[in-house]
Amino acid sequence: MSITIAVAGNPNSGKTTLFNALTGSNQYVGNWPGVTVEKKEGVLIGHPEVILVDLPGIYSLSTNSLEEELARDYLLESNPDAIINIVDGTNLERNLYLTTQLAELGIPMVLAVNMMDEVEKSGAKIDGTMLGKAFGVPVVEISALRETQIDELARIAMGTAQKKGHLLPMHRFSGGVEHALGHIEEVALHDQPEHKQRWYAVKLFERNELVQAELGLSTALEAHIEQDIRQCEMEYDDDSDSIIASERYDFIEEVLEKVTVRKKAGDLSPSDRIDRVVTNRWLALPIFALVMFVVYYVSVNSIGAGMTEWTNDKLFGQIILPAISGKLANWGVAGWLQGLLVDGILAGVGSVLSFLPQMVVLFLLLGLLEFSGYMSRVTFILDRMFRKFGLSGKSFIPMLIGSGCSVPGIMASRTIENEHARRMTVITTSFIPCGAKLPVISMIAGTFFGGKGWVAFGAYFLGIAAVVISGLILKKTALFQGEPSPFVMELPAYRWPSFKCILITTWDRVSSFVKKAATVILLATIVIWFMTFFGWVDGRFQMLEASQINHSILAAIGTAIAWIFRPLGWGEWRPVMAALSGLVAKETVVSSLGIFYGFSEVAVGGQEMWTSLRMAFSTLSATSFLIFVLLSAPCIAAISTIRREMNSAMWTLFAVGYMTTVGYVVALMVYQLGIWLKEGMFTLWTGITLAVIGVVLWLIFRPSPKAGSALKRAKAGARG
Amino acid sequence: MKTLRDVRIGETARVVKVHGQGRIRRRVMDMGITKNVEIFVRKVAPLGDPIEVNLRGYELSLRKDDAEIIEVS
Repeated sequence: MSITIAVAGNPNSGKTTLFNALTGSNQYVGNWPGVTVEKKEGVLIGHPEVILVDLPGIYSLSTNSLEEELARDYLLESNPDAIINIVDGTNLERNLYLTTQLAELGIPMVLAVNMMDEVEKSGAKIDGTMLGKAFGVPVVEISALRETQIDELARIAMGTAQKKGHLLPMHRFSGGVEHALGHIEEVALHDQPEHKQRWYAVKLFERNELVQAELGLSTALEAHIEQDIRQCEMEYDDDSDSIIASERYDFIEEVLEKVTVRKKAGDLSPSDRIDRVVTNRWLALPIFALVMFVVYYVSVNSIGAGMTEWTNDKLFGQIILPAISGKLANWGVAGWLQGLLVDGILAGVGSVLSFLPQMVVLFLLLGLLEFSGYMSRVTFILDRMFRKFGLSGKSFIPMLIGSGCSVPGIMASRTIENEHARRMTVITTSFIPCGAKLPVISMIAGTFFGGKGWVAFGAYFLGIAAVVISGLILKKTALFQGEPSPFVMELPAYRWPSFKCILITTWDRVSSFVKKAATVILLATIVIWFMTFFGWVDGRFQMLEASQINHSILAAIGTAIAWIFRPLGWGEWRPVMAALSGLVAKETVVSSLGIFYGFSEVAVGGQEMWTSLRMAFSTLSATSFLIFVLLSAPCIAAISTIRREMNSAMWTLFAVGYMTTVGYVVALMVYQLGIWLKEGMFTLWTGITLAVIGVVLWLIFRPSPKAGSALKRAKAGARG
Repeated sequence: MKTLRDVRIGETARVVKVHGQGRIRRRVMDMGITKNVEIFVRKVAPLGDPIEVNLRGYELSLRKDDAEIIEVS
């Protein structure tokens, strides 16, 4: 018989550390259905029949955020056998607030008071037995980091789960409130199970619309309850939801009075002293820049890049590929099969593997920043700048990493709590030119702009501008509307992170990339390989030599859709197909153009074919081509990662469609306006372009619908 | 009406009432900003917003616009 135990607690209470200590690496990481929030399940070490579910870190069950909604729905609908509620012993007052709410659900519960080592070091004391009595639950004092008392916690949690009883909440509100709650239970809830009545009564008292709708009470009954609530509000001179919140905290204060001996106040804690420097008005930004430089340097530039290069060039390029090609040739394997194995499958595996070292290094560093508490400070420092664009301060990191490679960049968006901001970051990260786009930039810069550095600078500027403008446009669309998640954020105390925890988190993230994205990347690489190297020569479908790929399926598609790109100035199959081949990897654009213009091998910047390019493109159409390649749909690996992070096919389609539209529109503007200004010819397309610019400007500057006004109403209420 | 936004850095204020509505109001109360609690305003972020306050023994950051819904004395 299996037992399910949910682990619930505040963010930064050590929940992940505890979960890892309980389950080891025996975990399954996925997503909650339909959203981008991580869902973790694991098996209790030594007890294969016990399944632990790691709920998202939450402060309350009031459904202020997606995480709270997921946790609440899980607890109410899946009925776990028990809850382990982990609370931070150094911050009991606020942590126990959630405990008062969890206790009302009727699910058997164990209270794990964490960070006892720190509590003892600070000279404070907690009487666990008294605390347990106050809440009517068993209490275990633990340190998740040092793994003390973890077995004891597991034993008690299992015992509690097996009893199959219902928890009756011990805490009471003051007389007037209890009177109203009792009345509500009596008139509206007597047909609900006893252990759930209190939860519903409190929610009805708070005028929770979700619960009102769920219960479907008659209008007369609702009016009756409303009368009770009004009377209570008059008596307390406060709103009902505020009364409940205040009284929960009053109850906790009362309990803590009896249960704890507090450390003496006044002294600055070590954490406060660190923050005096790290979030100091003048030092915060320089320190942030330094931290980011180190993260970038280590993960993208030195270790990460070195390892990636080694995997790609040495391991695959010089060892595995030649060895296998040689073997295949020796065995006399058919040409098409050799091609499939070497250029299709192995190249696909290679490109997946080449991301891994970089990703491991990056996630180790991000884990360090997250678990130490610095990530919250990043949001604190940068919030003002990023919130205007619908992003989070933490969006900086995916974009920075994205300048190396979009794949780990997109994955770094995991650390953003707010789902809107996270989606926005996933969509916009690959606008920042990644390393693979640099050869394309240097090819165009070398051919048409004398290799000037400002072209590369312009490419980065274009990327940043695309992010900013997308933020302004998208945050006003219905997709990103809805009541904004409040930005009221804890700045947790700095802590030495658990190395084991960082390792497990990194392992989870990287392995979920391998499982979810890698298979797609592999498949897509094979499909694209097939479309590039197969086609019709003289009416016969066959495999193609590298010099024949103008006969490929991809070329046929390129020819068929070339007309779409005529307004951009390069509506011919060669550049169109080169742009399409960028789906494999953006640097392929250069080698494809090389093949099309008759050069079997070209250098990174494509120097050999500059003359051919100058004949095929004007400076203007080359610029438009470059812009399209930079902004439109990223490579298939990045798209697969977007799919993995969005956890939705619809959102992935939207992201890819949006990026391609942006690439097209910007290239169109540059090319058509350029023609108009240079040659003074006003054509139909000039008119269309001007209209498009008008629409874009409107999208940027139109007033924000609904959500903005709700905020204003709330504020008007506050001022009034 | 004096709000948390008006409290100067380094000063402590006592909460009178939480105004506003919806998620922001709920979240503010869930985080322990309830009637009569004392809030110490510690600092402001380098770009001028948000602010960092201390209450109930922990550090909280919130935007100045949201601090306006918290009436203090």
